[in-house]
Amino acid sequence: MIQPDQQFLEFLAQGRFMIQRSRASGRFIFYPRVAEPKTGCTDLEWVEPSGDGTVYSVTVVRQKPPAPSYNVVLVDLAEGPRLMSRVDGIEVHAVRIGMAVKARVIRENEAPLLVFEPA
Amino acid sequence: MSGSAMDSFPRGKTAIVGAATFGMGEAPGLSSKDLAAHASIAALAQANLQPKDVDALFVCLSDDMLSGMTLAEYFGIRPKLTDNNRTGGSSFLIHVMLAALALEGRQCDVALIAYGSNQRTSTGKLANLIRTSIYEAPYKALSPISAYALAAARHMHQYGTTREQLGAVAIAARKWAQLNPEAFMRDELTMQDYLQARMVSDPLGVRDCCLVTDGAGAIVMTRADRAKDHASRPAFVLGAACATWHQEISNAPDLTVTAAAESGARAYAQARVKPADIDVVQLYDAFTINTLLFLEDLGFCSKGEGGPFVENGRIAPGGELPVNTNGGGLSCVHPGMYGMFTLVEATQQIMRNAGARQVPEVQLALCHGNGGVLSSQATVILGSETTL
Repeated sequence: MIQPDQQFLEFLAQGRFMIQRSRASGRFIFYPRVAEPKTGCTDLEWVEPSGDGTVYSVTVVRQKPPAPSYNVVLVDLAEGPRLMSRVDGIEVHAVRIGMAVKARVIRENEAPLLVFEPA
Repeated sequence: MSGSAMDSFPRGKTAIVGAATFGMGEAPGLSSKDLAAHASIAALAQANLQPKDVDALFVCLSDDMLSGMTLAEYFGIRPKLTDNNRTGGSSFLIHVMLAALALEGRQCDVALIAYGSNQRTSTGKLANLIRTSIYEAPYKALSPISAYALAAARHMHQYGTTREQLGAVAIAARKWAQLNPEAFMRDELTMQDYLQARMVSDPLGVRDCCLVTDGAGAIVMTRADRAKDHASRPAFVLGAACATWHQEISNAPDLTVTAAAESGARAYAQARVKPADIDVVQLYDAFTINTLLFLEDLGFCSKGEGGPFVENGRIAPGGELPVNTNGGGLSCVHPGMYGMFTLVEATQQIMRNAGARQVPEVQLALCHGNGGVLSSQATVILGSETTL
């Protein structure tokens, strides 16, 4: 039985970033669901993606100093799905659309978090 | 499958016969339902009607899930049809679509569509019931501005759109607001002011953002055959259509194209008009990028051309295409779900009640509402009697 949010978070707690794939169509799916979009197929399995992605868009959220600004990105995974994340390991304003990035699971505020770094 | 060939929307069979605002800007001491009630009574009075005449009620309040029942009880009426449909700021345009179908089907005779919010004087923040998913929440995107900032950044990347072009949208809205005594922000806004305003979520700054105000609006609809008994110049509903492509911004298929391309195309087909026929345009400008996206998706210019299109005052007073003649969500009013005010302003323009900002010879007006983060899109086309 697929339990989408719960199992995603359990994998993440183990340091693993997992997405879903339909056995019949081979289509990759994110965010996790109980069924494939459009078809309603419930033959989903968890798979580990390559972690490769491309920045589709980026914004920098400004905070009142001294709180630091931070970026928020949309990343297109090599497998197809798009997701929201953050790019670490680079100056906050230097993230560019089209940039190649690689997924990484870190711990932040006592919780696992999926981020990306320049590839 | 769009099914557009089968679309039998009742073109021109219903009309808006009353449209009013209340408590624009700040309305201390009044709840959201008090504000909605005031706007409703004013809209009904314009049509020589009272609350007891209403038999269909469409109400969406930011702070009340069951607001349709609330207003029915408040007015002491027993509507045959009550609806609290909420798709965000597009809700009221969808109410128009549903009210037109219900009126045409004789499910009801007088439909009241009402909205009010006291968000400014109650909390000072945007009333926002949206719950962010666990897949977006950890990244602390500002809700909703960061979603629109991501769209703006992508539009700039693909089409070379500039901050100055977004600034032209903000300045045009301000110039219209200066002609509207009800507008909240009426002081001069220069390009230098715009460019120097504090950045919030790049590439959007404070002057790219809609206001946080109180305010209420209401409209009254009847069938066309009795519309002239209630208004000397009714605004006939020629087309109304809606579309949804995603909820959260990470699931938008293309950040530079919205479902307005679909809702608009269907509304034009129903109304049997084209973009070049439209005299005045009222768009939900939650952020400056919205105006560009919707002008493109609704066919006023090609995809990617929104930036150059708004340059040189084209959408400002005296320009070739009057857009957001009340000053919009950017400079007139923004109580949280602005879509209602696109309908009120378009109706005022068709009724020729718009005072100093009245556009001459308005026969056709297009209203467009946006809900969520470019998620729900709804388009309504209104026309004067000559368009029937």
